[in-house]
Amino acid sequence: MTARIGVVTFPGTLDDRDTQRAVRVAGAEAVPLWHRDKDLKQVDAVVLPGGFSYGDYLRAGAISRFSPVMGSIIEQARAGMPVLGICNGFQVLTEAHLLPGAMLRNTDLHFVCRDQKLRVETSGTAWTADYAAGQEISIPLKNIDGRYTADEHVLDELEAEGRVVFRYAVEGEAADGYGNPNGSLRDIAGITNAAGNVVGLMPHPEHAVESLIGTGRTDGLGFFTSVLKKLVDA
Amino acid sequence: MTLDTVGHAEQTPDVELPWKALGLKEDEYQRVREILGRRPTGAELAMYSVMWSEHCSYKSSKVHLKQFGAKAPQTDALLVGIGENAGVVDVGEGYAVTFKVESHNHPSYVEPYQGAATGVGGIVRDIIAMGARPVAVVDPLRMGAADHPDTKRVLPGVVAGIGGYGNCLGLPNIGGELVFDACYQGNPLVNAGAIGVMRHEDIHLAKASGAGNKVILYGARTGGDGIGGASILASETFDATKPSKRPAVQVGDPFQEKLLIECTLEAFAEKLVVGIQDLGAAGLSCATSELASNGSGGMRVELDDVPLRDSTLSPEEILMSESQERMCAVVEPAKVERFLAICEKWDVIATVVGEVTDGNRLEIFWHGEKIVDVDPRTVAHEGPTYDRPYARPSWQDALQADDANRLPRPDTGDELRAQALRVLSSPNVASKAWVTDQYDRFVQGNTVLAQPEDAGMIRVNEETGLGVAIATDGNGRYTKLDPYTGAQLALAEAYRNVAATGAKPLAISDCLNFGSPEDPDVMWQFVEAVRGLADGCLQLGTPVTGGNVSLYNQTGEAAIHPTPVVAVLGVIDDVARRTPMAFGDEGHLLYLLGETREEFGGSVWSQVVHDHLGGLPPAVDLERERLLGEILISASRDGMVDAAHDLSDGGLLAAVTESCLRGGHGARLVVPDGLSAFTFLLSESAGRALVAVPRSEELRFTDMCGARGLPAVRVGVVDGDALEVQGEFSIPLTELGEAHESAIPGLLA
Repeated sequence: MTARIGVVTFPGTLDDRDTQRAVRVAGAEAVPLWHRDKDLKQVDAVVLPGGFSYGDYLRAGAISRFSPVMGSIIEQARAGMPVLGICNGFQVLTEAHLLPGAMLRNTDLHFVCRDQKLRVETSGTAWTADYAAGQEISIPLKNIDGRYTADEHVLDELEAEGRVVFRYAVEGEAADGYGNPNGSLRDIAGITNAAGNVVGLMPHPEHAVESLIGTGRTDGLGFFTSVLKKLVDA
Repeated sequence: MTLDTVGHAEQTPDVELPWKALGLKEDEYQRVREILGRRPTGAELAMYSVMWSEHCSYKSSKVHLKQFGAKAPQTDALLVGIGENAGVVDVGEGYAVTFKVESHNHPSYVEPYQGAATGVGGIVRDIIAMGARPVAVVDPLRMGAADHPDTKRVLPGVVAGIGGYGNCLGLPNIGGELVFDACYQGNPLVNAGAIGVMRHEDIHLAKASGAGNKVILYGARTGGDGIGGASILASETFDATKPSKRPAVQVGDPFQEKLLIECTLEAFAEKLVVGIQDLGAAGLSCATSELASNGSGGMRVELDDVPLRDSTLSPEEILMSESQERMCAVVEPAKVERFLAICEKWDVIATVVGEVTDGNRLEIFWHGEKIVDVDPRTVAHEGPTYDRPYARPSWQDALQADDANRLPRPDTGDELRAQALRVLSSPNVASKAWVTDQYDRFVQGNTVLAQPEDAGMIRVNEETGLGVAIATDGNGRYTKLDPYTGAQLALAEAYRNVAATGAKPLAISDCLNFGSPEDPDVMWQFVEAVRGLADGCLQLGTPVTGGNVSLYNQTGEAAIHPTPVVAVLGVIDDVARRTPMAFGDEGHLLYLLGETREEFGGSVWSQVVHDHLGGLPPAVDLERERLLGEILISASRDGMVDAAHDLSDGGLLAAVTESCLRGGHGARLVVPDGLSAFTFLLSESAGRALVAVPRSEELRFTDMCGARGLPAVRVGVVDGDALEVQGEFSIPLTELGEAHESAIPGLLA
């Protein structure tokens, strides 16, 4: 038996089909979830994929956060269900207050698309158990509103509790994907909640699961295998 | 204000209409009167004037474009040809691919962001109107001089617009070009291409058939944007008190378009659609007249039912509005409810605005009165055509006599090294990462290759690995020197680029960007280029599936270089076999395929070092291109090469540099016998490629080239961390990278 992982589609979601594929590549069953539907179809975990839900017109993630499906997801997340927010999904999670902080426009004001080096800071979440703390991975980054920001005391708290999950790896050549691409505070690329079941990050692990496609690396597959193991073992 | 109904027009034959201000010529206006047997109503005049414009009717180009059909090569691959929203090609396994390139040049100069954004929107709607899911976009761009202040306004705006729209639609941007030249200063070219994939049975066409079927307008509300001429009609003739200054450039809403894609594809999947047309240039005028004239019946439209963004719009303005993100579908009555439900699911406004009728008239009503009563064919397909005068320009001989091969060349290795670095850091050869890093190339998870690779490649079938590749090319400098050869060189380069990745070229689309057709010099360039392209396509067996003509790209007397941009689509059985351009491993042997001649006319070197344009462009040999293509495809399929890169602008020097930098490996080159180092590095002879061959495959590869008669010369090896040309110079990779990568960011800083 395998796990059922829900993938939410909001109007303007773009990476839903890619995320479903990544879930399948990892060996789990992908279950499409529709934003207007409260029913989570008995999934074991949920991914909020990237895109421009509602065109990002008000503020990235601000409208999606109020969709019927999010009501159910917020409830389940608080009860411990693994939830991953990628890019726009991360923005939705912060708008929903499942994760602290917010994303601002990139410091250079441009959309940036590149193969980005990240350092995994903790393997102690539902989505990173298959990585080692300190491991360097490379997965695509693509956004215009990716600059993570939060109050100093929130940042201190995140650090103190080991809730910074990924940082942009800055020690290397920019041409090779190193460096903070958007001005995120403390080079933060992804964070988790106190329980470790909710993770949000700006880069896109679902675009790095097949050796032939995209960057040609499979460094993102670990997200999906991590959660699958956790669910199947449970 | 009196409504100008058909009845009113019959009773008031002498009312003067502003046909001239709407761009009609006197004889064209008389022809409208003859067709109707009376004067047109204001609404009819609006429709005829916009549909008979150069942009919609191809009136100056049509007589020449016929060659694309007349000389079309025999092929089983073409499923839908010229004349529909986009051509469709069979790529095997039951899949069909539709693709097209269009221009959005003039709007992008006026308002770079929105002009470029709506260019992407328009081409994508053409693709969905064929029944396909869009899977990728490409953007060939031509800008003014890189160091001109206005380029800093236009280029960043255009790039942000393309990215802002395409990224938000979730379409990977996998190719395109960026060329700078002073000739495009007041007339930048913003061409946009898109590819879509569908099953054969899902092909849809723009036609309205079946009396009683409903006409549904869905998508954005209709507003006052992009109206242009109709405002003159509305304000000067019918209501002089009303404000009519509206933006001539449309504003894009990519979020709305994304919803339009999803809801259209869902309606297709449930087989709810009889015919479909997107609303682009000429808006409802175009969509209703084309749907009606392509179908078997007539059409009746209630204009009052069109959802508006601005309730003060006149009926003429509604007919001409170019508001974006709208489509028109013809649906059987029993399926209307389901169609509307799908639109509701995606929060898309959908309204029944008319129905297909028995007759052959297009009738449009406003407040219950008939304001349009025309034969739709006369609007959509029977516009005027012109065989405009053309003649070889008086300056052409002098231009060709000004031979670039006689320009002073570098004398020493040091001089050659310095000129090589100037070429590599020149804007047209330098890395375009500043541009392409603003485009999402990963979305949809099927991108196998993307820029700066020779061609973009997308996986179509996850199970079998079937994929398609696309490359766009066009060299205005070559085409200025010789339009016939220049057009064939554009075709040859795009063909070679596709083959270099291992895909087999199948068909082409083109975007023909020229100056004013009323100038006989320009018209000659156009006629020669079309003839060259049609002859070339026949020889290479790649039919033209459709495309676009953009004329009047000129400021005063100065026209742009004639710039035919050619997009070649290819297919590859298994994307796992694709050949990238990066040198993957040290020790691989470098082979130069094809023949290198003294060919510097129109070259990057002549431009960068001597600011020169003269002589003849490189000779083109399409049989050689085909042979080279076959060798590259075989080598890819049988795993004989590790990397391949076509040779074009900047010659071998540019190609080897790009492959080195992309792979992070250096190369040691040896100048072959019979060539000078200068010619070896910088000649732009066509029909050539550079390949990296693993030692274990060398014999097999050279045997194949020998047996097929393709010249293949070993010119070096992948090795070290510098580009070394033996006996001439060495440039460390870091210096090479700095020259290549910092040029464009430096210009725009």
